[in-house]
Parts: sequence; structure tokens; C-alpha cells
Amino acid sequence: MAVLPMKKVSIMGMKSDEQPILDLLQRLEIVDIETAPDGGGVFALQEKEESAEKVAGLKRDADTILGALSLLSVYAPEKSSLFASLEGRKSLSGATFGQKAEGVGHSLETAKKLLELERELISVRASRPKIENERASLVPWADLKLPLNFSGTARTTAWIGSFPDKRTEEEITVSLVKEADTDELQADVIHEGDDMTAVMVTTLSEHEGEVDSALRRLNFSRAPGLESVPSERMKELDREEAEVSEKEEKLISEIASYGNEREGMKFALDYYAMESAKCETESRIARSGRTFYLTGYTPVKTAEILEEKLKAYDAVVVIDDPSEADDVPVLFTNNSFAAPVEGVVENFSMPGKGEIDPSMAVACFYYVLFGMMLSDAAYGAIIAIACGLILLKFKNMETPLKKTITMFFFCGLGTILSGILFGSFFGDAIQQISRTFFGREVAVWCWINPLEQPMKMLVLAFCVAVVHLFTGLALLIYTNVKNGQVKDAIYDGVFWYMLVGGLILFGLTTDMVLNMLQLQSLKETYPPILGSIGIALAAVGAVGIILTGGRESRNWFKRILKGAYALYGVTGYLSDILSYSRLLALGLATSVISSVFNQMGTMGGSNFGGVIMFILIFIVGHALNLAINALGAYVHTNRLTFVEFFGKFYNGGGRKFLPLAMNTKYYKIKEEQ
Amino acid sequence: MGMVYAVLGAALAALLAGVGSAIAVGRAGQAAAGAVTEDPSLFSKVLILQLLPGTQGIYGLLIAFIALGRIGIMGGDPVSSATVGLQYLAACLPMAVVGLISALQQSKASVAAIALVTKKPDQFGKAMIFPAMVETYAILALLISILAINGIK
Repeated sequence: MAVLPMKKVSIMGMKSDEQPILDLLQRLEIVDIETAPDGGGVFALQEKEESAEKVAGLKRDADTILGALSLLSVYAPEKSSLFASLEGRKSLSGATFGQKAEGVGHSLETAKKLLELERELISVRASRPKIENERASLVPWADLKLPLNFSGTARTTAWIGSFPDKRTEEEITVSLVKEADTDELQADVIHEGDDMTAVMVTTLSEHEGEVDSALRRLNFSRAPGLESVPSERMKELDREEAEVSEKEEKLISEIASYGNEREGMKFALDYYAMESAKCETESRIARSGRTFYLTGYTPVKTAEILEEKLKAYDAVVVIDDPSEADDVPVLFTNNSFAAPVEGVVENFSMPGKGEIDPSMAVACFYYVLFGMMLSDAAYGAIIAIACGLILLKFKNMETPLKKTITMFFFCGLGTILSGILFGSFFGDAIQQISRTFFGREVAVWCWINPLEQPMKMLVLAFCVAVVHLFTGLALLIYTNVKNGQVKDAIYDGVFWYMLVGGLILFGLTTDMVLNMLQLQSLKETYPPILGSIGIALAAVGAVGIILTGGRESRNWFKRILKGAYALYGVTGYLSDILSYSRLLALGLATSVISSVFNQMGTMGGSNFGGVIMFILIFIVGHALNLAINALGAYVHTNRLTFVEFFGKFYNGGGRKFLPLAMNTKYYKIKEEQ
Repeated sequence: MGMVYAVLGAALAALLAGVGSAIAVGRAGQAAAGAVTEDPSLFSKVLILQLLPGTQGIYGLLIAFIALGRIGIMGGDPVSSATVGLQYLAACLPMAVVGLISALQQSKASVAAIALVTKKPDQFGKAMIFPAMVETYAILALLISILAINGIK
């Protein structure tokens, strides 16, 4: 349980060595580079715009490649297993990296070509709706043997067009004759639809004017102008569509043919990520005419490696202890039991100045609390086995993911333990199965049966609460003593121990508390003197808190008032302890719901159909229950840790150690040691 | 008559808490869907946040089952007197009412937490705590309902 001690590193060298040194630092991933102090004229920081522009350029190229990759994933999909994300990055040696880096330009060109092909594909596809629209508009005219823009012969005039509703030939003729006041006309219906009637109207040329205005009054609209016969035009459109499909297929197969460039492009993506990480760092390096100067932090244990590696360059390297004023980044180091919960701590905040790494303490309780909330041995075994198998199978997994899975592995173990203590294996599956299918109920041993003795379970939850909170308080004292603030340790820690501990001792002598917790049996064995001691301790603690709780105020009156307010914080302890009743509630939720599923399953009796029904309900029901309750246990374990436990001693606010690193997605470089 | 009261209590617990959770998960689901349109990789995170206000429904179900298991519907002896029936009804009420209201309120915290995660995906751990704070009161109600039902002679 510790924060890694850090050393401050300053490197000064020739500008010609700057890039090689940065490359080296990036591959070592051990130096967190901070902004160099402005060296009063000689050394100056780079203009912000310059590096921002470079980073933007790299991002543009990376986006090009990302676009090409997503295009490839559509037309040349990659075979990847469900567990691909667990496999981790491939490693490359430094030499292979150099070779591959030369191919980055080619990959970028390929990506650009792919995007060009995509644009072409889009424009080809865009012509398809046009063709379809035209065809749809020609359908009513398909039977017409004349071009659509036919307007009559030498002595006749013709109109081809449509009415916006359903009309028969007769209706049209009658209404036209009436409107145009002549019967020397002919209407031929070409197509009759529900909302349009396609028609050709012919008349002698001398009646053109009357018929035309009559048609207009009757809502006649002309057919789209087309110089060819509709059926021929439709055949032409079919040909055009076939051409479009052919072009489309050709483009798609051309895109797919670039499938083997994918690896190169992934590498290029990584390359750009590394370059832009370096660019961002460059803005923090100070430079003079010919030299550069950078400062940063490295863990003590890697300082020597760093010094050794830098000997190859003409650079001055100073490795020193950081001073009080330095904003030293934090890196955890823990054994394999506590390391998995580092992610949980990090989720809250990194330890601030003078604070300890709480991972070990968090880990001790985390697995137990999770176990008590899920509290089913079978569920625990499922989680532990699944996580264990993943850990064994995917050794190359990335560290944060590995930590999370290890954490759930331990949580699974905790769940097995509490499941055994509370006699829960898939709820009451053993009892139900033995009773229904074998006719004889098998009893399962348990320490406490939460369903039948919820009060006992509640008392256990409160005991866990007191231990958890007092551990937090102990860590507060430890932190204060470590920082040399012994007085604060007494005022904020010891007094609270006396007050809360004393109140608990006293509470156990009162009938009210004992009756409530159903601990009446305790009365005979519990010496009443402990109650008096408790009340005395609590009184001393309370007086101490009133006197010291507001010690930052000079004014005595104000100080006492603030102290009294601090004493009010004892209600906080009450609500903190009550908050642990969720251990009982969530544990009960798991076991009651699983016994309900078991009961539903056994309703079919012990015949063949009943067994099938039982198996189905059992699998579906328990999978559901496990998922929901594991989620609840995870969320509420975090809550108890963040709110109740950290509330006692941990504020965080530190900065995480973020070295200049590769930050790649697909490949990592193994630096030869 | 006692049976009517007792079953009414169990039904209310499942009913009100279930309705609350259904509305709450629905609301949070809308926000979650919006977040996923912005960034599909957030799916698993916002799914957890969406599910948080769903637990009240489960707690209600739990109380309903415990009650039904004691009043002769799914085990236990039938309730004959109206007094005992009313006791069951009263014992179920904390879970029913608090379940309903806390689910609705928790959904608001969930929606806000989803917005937080959309902007800052790395703050998921903290975002999860805000809705979980609301749930505390549902858990306390659950506890009282369990203890009350268990105490009925």
C-alpha cells in the first residue's frame, strides 16, 4: 500500500538529440514531462500555435485513415472474435517499428484513395433514385405508342396528360364537349389509376384554343416532355440502371481489394497517435538557439535505467529529489491483492499531497462488501471461474482491463464465502430440487439465514459498518501522524473514536437498543460497568470535539460554536452506519428472487416435462438475477467505499502519473533492454 | 377480509414500485439512447446508469413475494383477521410509496449522470454515485418493510 516515490529529472541537451531522446522516453514510458520553467530569455517555450498546428495536421491524417478503416470494415469485414478486445496489443521490436514506420506514407495514400473511391461510390449511387423516379413517372404512359411530347398532325392538335382523379372516357368526353362547346374532339384514356387518369385528347386544329382552355379549367396537366416513346425510354432506363449496378459492384470490389492494407493502416494510426503525443510534449520543452531543456518526474526505481539509457546522448541529466513546491504526480504500487482496486480509487481521485494510497484498505473491504451484497456461493463461483478463465486465456490483456477482471475474480471469491455462510447456492435450489425431484429435502448448513433471521443479519451489517468506518478513522490518524500532525490525529481521530465507540458501548446496555436489535440475550453476559465506561468515554470525546472542532478560529466564542457544530457530525455516523443496511437488503434481494425462480421451476412437478421446465426457468431466471444483482452489488460497494469510507479520511485531488507514452491502440513496441 | 388487505399490500408494493421503476428506466433510457448517438462506445456505461433506478421495482417485487409467502398465497397460513391483514398492508406501504417516489427522483439523477458521462466518460465512477445516493432511501424503506412483515405474528 503505497505511492511510488518519485524523482525529479532535468535533461539538457543539443537540439539535434531532442527527437531521439523524446523517442526513447516515449518508448520507455517512465517520464512524466511537466512544463519547463521559462528560463528568463535564454530558454523559451515554443509558441503554442506551432505545436497545435502540427497536432491538428496529424489528427487530419489520422481521421483520413479512420475513415478508410471504417469503409473497409463495411466492404471487407475483418473476422474478429467476441473477445478481441481482451487480446491486447501486438508487440513489435524497435527495428520492426522503424521498418513499418516507412510504410506510413503509403498507408496514408491508400487511405486517401479509398476515400476517393467512397466518394465515387456515393455519386454513382446517387443516380439511382433519379432513374427510379423517372421510371415511376413513365409507368402510366407505358401503353402509349407515341412520344410523350406528341402535339398532333398537320390538321389535328393533341394533348397528352392527366387528370388528378379517376374518370372514365365518357365522363371526360362529356365534360370537355360541354366546356369547349364543340364535339369535334376525341379523348382516349391510356391508363386509369385511383388518383390519376392518363389521357390523350385530340381535336381539329381550328378548335385548339377552345379545347386548350377547357382542358385547363378541368385541371388537366400535361405529361412530362419526352421525345421518345415511353416504353422505349423505360428499356433505356433499365439499361442505365444495370450500368449503375455494374459500376457499383466494381467500386465495391475495388474497395474490398484493399483489405490487406488494413494492418498497415492500423499501424499508421498508432504512428500518428505516438507522433501527436510527442508534439504535445514538445510544447512543454524550453529551447534556446541550439539546446533544449526539459523537466519531469520518474519513479525512483526506474531513475537508474533512465540515467543509463541517456548516457548514449550528449546530454546533461540531473536526477534529484522533488522539492516541497513541486506538483509531483502519483503512481500506485501494490501487491496483486490490492492492485485490482486501484481503478476504483482512481475513479474517485488520486491521493493528494500527504495522503496515503488507500488501495489496500479498500481492497480488504471491497471484496467482502461485494460478497455480502451478492451473497450466493453459486453466483460467486460463476463470476470467479469466468474471470479466472479470462485471466488464464488472455495473458496479453491491457493492464487496466486486467485489473478490473482480477477485481471481479476476488469479488467472486468473496461472494462464494458469504454464500456459504448464509447457506445460499442458487438461492434455495438444493432444498427445492431435493424436495421436488428426490422426495426428501436436504438441509443446507448456514451460519445465519437472512430470510428467517433478518435482525441478526442486520446486526452483522452494522458490525461490518463499525469496523469499516473505524478503519477509515484509523487511516485518518495514520495519515496525520505520518505527516507529523499528531494533534490533528487526536482531535479529528481519537476524540471521534471515544465519542462513537463510547456511545456504542453505552447503547448496548439500554433496553431500547437491545430490544430493537433482538439482542436481549446479551444482557446477561454484558457487564453493566462497560456502559458507564462508554458514557464516560463519549463525554470526554464530546468535550474534546467541542473544544477543538473549530480550532482554526481564533475567537473563542466562535470556536466553541464551531466545535458544537462539529459535534453534530455524530448524526453523520448514525446515518453512515444505517447506510450499511443495504448489505442486508441487497443480500435478501438476491436470495428471495432466486428462490422465487426455483419455486416457479418446481411447479411442474417431478415428471419429464417438469424437469425440462425447471431447467429452462432455472437458467433464464438465474442468469437474469445474477446480472441485475451483480450490477447492484458493484454500484453499492462503490458507494460505501466512496461516500462512507473515503468520507472519513480521504479527499484525493492528486495528479496521476502520465508519462510520455505510446498511447497506441493496436501495437506496442518492446524496447530491447 | 384479512386476506384482501394483505394481498392488497403485497400488490401495492409490486405495483407502485414497479410503475415508478418502469417510468424511471424509460426516462433514463431516452437519455442513454441520446448519449449513444453521440458516442456508441458509451453503451455499457450508460446502460448501467439507465438500470440504476430499476432496482425499486425489484425491491417491490421482493416485498410482494415475502408477503405472499407468509399469507397463504405462496406458502404460510391464510390470514383470517382483518387486523392482521391491515398490518400486512401497512408493512408494505413504505416500499410501495418510497419505491415509487424514489424511482422517479432517481431517474432525474440518472439522466443528469448520463449527460455527465457523455461529456466526460472518464468520470463514470462519480456519475454512478449520484443516482445511488437516491436509492439509499428505497433501501431503507425496503428494510423497514422486511422487518415489519417479519415481525407480524
